[in-house]
Amino acid sequence: MSATIVSLPDQSTARIPKVNFITKENGLLSWLLTGDHKRIAILYLVSLTFFFFIGGALAGLIRLELLTPQTDLMATDTYNKVFTMHGVIMVFFFLVPSVPATLGNFLIPLMIGAKDLALPKINLLSWYLYVAGGLLAIYTMATGGVDTGWTFTTPLSTHYVNTNVLTTGLAVFIAGFSSIFTGLNFIVTIHKMRCPGMTWFRMPLFVWAHYAASILMVLGTPVVAIAIVLVALERTIGIGVFDPTKGGDPLLFQHLFWFYSHPAVYIMILPGMGVISETISTFSRKRVFGYTAVAFSSVAIAVFGFFVWAHHMFIMGISNYAVLVFSLLTMLVAVPSAIKIFNWTFTLYKGSITFETPMLYTFGFMGLFTIGGLTGVFLGTSGTDIHLTETYFIVAHFHFVMVGGMLMAFLAGIHFWWPKMTGRMYPEKISQLAAVVTFIGFNFTFFPQFILGTLGMPRRYASYPPEFQVLNVFSTAGATILGVGYLLPILYLTWSLKYGEIAGNNPWQATGLEWQTQSPPLTENFPATPIMDHEAYDYEWLENQKEKEVASVG
Amino acid sequence: MSDSTAIAHSAHDAPEHGHEEHPAYLRHHFENVEQQADAAGFAMWLFLLTEVMFFGGLFTAYLIYRNWYYPAFVAASHQLDIFWGSLNTLLLISSSFTMAMGVWCAETRKKSGLVLCLVLTFILGIGFLGIKTIEYKEKIEKHHVPGFHYSLNSFLNPDSDEAAKKAGDQPLPLDMARHTEVYFSLYFAMTGMHALHMIIGIAILGFMIYRAQAGAYTAGHVTFVENFGLYWHFVDIVWIFLFPLLYLISRHANT
Amino acid sequence: MDHISPVIWQFLVKWMTNFALFPPEASKVAPQMDALLFFMVLVSLVGLTIVILLVTSFCILYSKERHPVAVQIEGSTLLEATWTIIPLGLFLVMFVWGALIYFRVYTPPANAMNIYVVGKQWMWKAEHPGGQHEINSLHIPIGKPIQLTLISQDVFHSFSVPAFRVKREAIPGRYTSVWFEATQTGTFHLFCTQYCGTNHSQMIGDIVVLTPEDYKKWLAESTSGMSLAQNGERLFASLSCNACHNTRPDARGPSLANVYGSKLALSSGGTVLADDAYLRESILNPSQHITQGYAPIMPTYQGQVSEEGVIALVEYIKNLNSNYRIDQTLNTTDLLPEGEGKTAPAAGGTTAPKAAPQGMVKQ
Repeated sequence: MSATIVSLPDQSTARIPKVNFITKENGLLSWLLTGDHKRIAILYLVSLTFFFFIGGALAGLIRLELLTPQTDLMATDTYNKVFTMHGVIMVFFFLVPSVPATLGNFLIPLMIGAKDLALPKINLLSWYLYVAGGLLAIYTMATGGVDTGWTFTTPLSTHYVNTNVLTTGLAVFIAGFSSIFTGLNFIVTIHKMRCPGMTWFRMPLFVWAHYAASILMVLGTPVVAIAIVLVALERTIGIGVFDPTKGGDPLLFQHLFWFYSHPAVYIMILPGMGVISETISTFSRKRVFGYTAVAFSSVAIAVFGFFVWAHHMFIMGISNYAVLVFSLLTMLVAVPSAIKIFNWTFTLYKGSITFETPMLYTFGFMGLFTIGGLTGVFLGTSGTDIHLTETYFIVAHFHFVMVGGMLMAFLAGIHFWWPKMTGRMYPEKISQLAAVVTFIGFNFTFFPQFILGTLGMPRRYASYPPEFQVLNVFSTAGATILGVGYLLPILYLTWSLKYGEIAGNNPWQATGLEWQTQSPPLTENFPATPIMDHEAYDYEWLENQKEKEVASVG
Repeated sequence: MSDSTAIAHSAHDAPEHGHEEHPAYLRHHFENVEQQADAAGFAMWLFLLTEVMFFGGLFTAYLIYRNWYYPAFVAASHQLDIFWGSLNTLLLISSSFTMAMGVWCAETRKKSGLVLCLVLTFILGIGFLGIKTIEYKEKIEKHHVPGFHYSLNSFLNPDSDEAAKKAGDQPLPLDMARHTEVYFSLYFAMTGMHALHMIIGIAILGFMIYRAQAGAYTAGHVTFVENFGLYWHFVDIVWIFLFPLLYLISRHANT
Repeated sequence: MDHISPVIWQFLVKWMTNFALFPPEASKVAPQMDALLFFMVLVSLVGLTIVILLVTSFCILYSKERHPVAVQIEGSTLLEATWTIIPLGLFLVMFVWGALIYFRVYTPPANAMNIYVVGKQWMWKAEHPGGQHEINSLHIPIGKPIQLTLISQDVFHSFSVPAFRVKREAIPGRYTSVWFEATQTGTFHLFCTQYCGTNHSQMIGDIVVLTPEDYKKWLAESTSGMSLAQNGERLFASLSCNACHNTRPDARGPSLANVYGSKLALSSGGTVLADDAYLRESILNPSQHITQGYAPIMPTYQGQVSEEGVIALVEYIKNLNSNYRIDQTLNTTDLLPEGEGKTAPAAGGTTAPKAAPQGMVKQ
């Protein structure tokens, strides 16, 4: 497939525009005290990558230990700390902020024709809170770690471990506020700062997805905050809310915790789905099939997502009737995701398809998320959940949706908007290779875990019966390949900052407002306030635009 | 907690964009003042919604445990002094009134009126915290703080305890008496969280009094005062829920 | 199950087990659960295949070289309806089917033999009614429904037997239960699947399913003498429960003979079924479970009796159908109602004890 839609300016004469948001001001302080949403997005990108690799290194340690049935690489306590920290860092310091804080921050004002987000100072505060939380998490690791599992199940976390539960809880609490402020900012911006002509149904689906995710961030995160506060109080002064001997109930913690942590997974995936809508449209040169359906399904996922939390508690002794209700609602929340997959598929129909890297990641997402989502239905069905819950089936399920889904979407987005953010293209061949390597490595790593789960291997086990070894070895081998797949982008993306081809305004010939201005954009995004006079994904309008060249500033 | 307030003379480049009316406090990314004020107000309402969810978790826990351990909640609630609680309620409601008056003063550009109202609100807020300190101190003395030598004496022998005797409480069985600790954990968690929000509010009030004196809010840019007013009213409303739930469980005419 | 051709079914199961994709089906519910799992795998495969086929064929047919100009299509309500309703329908089928299995697994038959299991860091302790104790193993007879009443002594644990396809959380503070009926003899894995601290992965054991004869042999060999109920009887006396729960005319507590399984009227107004959970709660939090007609003077035994002790007491009361031995104990030891033992003094205001237990309404 050698055809491509990439259209770059003449490299011999093209230059990065002299005046852009990066060159506008110099010096470290201008970055650390910025209000520019684009700079904050870059700050997030750098710190997120840092935390991702720490979480990834921990994952590597887990897979190394699980090569053999015995605990020979590290002590059991250490293993428990490693998987706990892997979960905490990946969930709270990578997945939740990833697409919203980098791509969302960078693009939402551009996509709706605004000059910035509504609350730039809150945006910057959000980043500082994230970094503070992350540093605290690292401090926790350095001073002995925590071994309660990222789910902080009481009474284990309140009375039975003497590791750094409080500092980890504080780190998560602080990061939670980062998330709340980001979501708050997005909602206000989307409501109040759309440019003239930008009605709700002319917005890119990326914005809809972030709107839905922001609702979840804003409404759900405070509940986990209070759950952490109660754990801290229980742990320090023994107030007894979760202690059965004092009349408390450990299941109350489960309800409070999962009330956030289930919507949290939709916070993680919805922005990724937003990316997929953009890439699949651009690389098929077609409007997204069923725009309204996709937009509403994002909101439906957000709304339904609040009412299914107890499907994490099916075997914990909640009443059978509660199980019925939550299982039914879980089936309902699965449907909008299915709708999206089909809508994206049919976006390809009668399109004009090319296979640049973002599109490869998009295909990876669609396949892997379908599998991950379907296995979620296995778990939401109460009867089969009895056998599959708390085993590696769960581990495989959430890695399929999070890593096979979310992370692939994140990489698709990074590659897709890299030219917009930096003004330069990444090297296409090696990035396609990395995408394929990642896909292969991913499947090798996580598919065997479904089988381990149906066989009954429990999760969070440092040692296991020998008959599970073969599949574990497969999984570790895959993880090695996956690691290579993730390292490559770091290398070539950094390389491209200096040596990548100059991208120009719109290398992908895409329709969004962000592509109608220079790359990298001006600090104020547009030289003049845009007027939105066409529908979203209007490729005919784009054809007309091609006649009028927009010269870049400077 | 809104940030779109411009402190009137912060770093503001020379008007290169040549807007017609361009007040100094209009931030660059907004088209006009209305949009800025609109966005700020919306942001504050959203933030208050997150606060509702935050307190909601505590209210949920309260609901469940009160349902399970009603006698313990009754006896424990009778340990709180209605006098101080009612006085606090009065103070807070008055402070909401003075705050609302302050917002009106800002809108009608009455600087000294605004400063007076803010100062009154500040004093009433401090008064609230002062009374809370008195109440907490009493709880500490009576060993009703969970986790710190918690004592069941007042509930096992109500005759030995003034408040319990006044309420006419019967002695609780031991296992039910133990559940009073859950009540007090919720009491301290909920009023503690509330007090924390009060302290933050009072600190911001202090800052605002200083700025109001300099005329920052009476020159047409009232967003900060309005949005802070929203926050203050919210803190007041939380207390209006807390007071009956914590203080008024099964109180009868003779108490 | 019986609806699928037995030949195909056997083949599938054998193939799956030999290729180690599924654990052996060693319980009555296992094939039922596997049937649903197969169905789900099938639906998923079909769904995935459809998506992959569509995507692949579209990519080939409409690649840029082949189809240089895209046709802008807004959408199709018919298609939206199709791929909303069909997945929803399939998911609802799974929901109903799964719910049936779920209820089946957690609704024990009336004739199930009950074994108590206490989970603690980091071992499983099984207590058979006959007094046999096991650590990290459970010997059961084939073909008989077994109910497990689980509780944890410390943190959450989860009792999991993949071969039986059952799993249940053991929670501190309340009983949970699950039941199964083994259909194969042999030894099967027992795992703790809820992370519980350092040696979570060592909290594993064996479920040993024996033929009825072997089981009888095992019972005889492993008993240390006293059955659970006998232990409970000892505790009943040593904790001075009999000081109030007897049939003397001035008894301050209701007689407990035949109370298990009956519907009790509570002094707070409602009625309650006197099951395991009720008995446990009455021992640990009595003031909320006072039988109607009795004063709320029963002291709590929280902290004075371990979970195993509670289990022994519960088992004793479950099998109690006469007060004869209780009264005899009182007579011979001459225990006065205010006698020695661990009865905490009731705080003031004790009302006069009732003469006849009127609160026990037999069902």
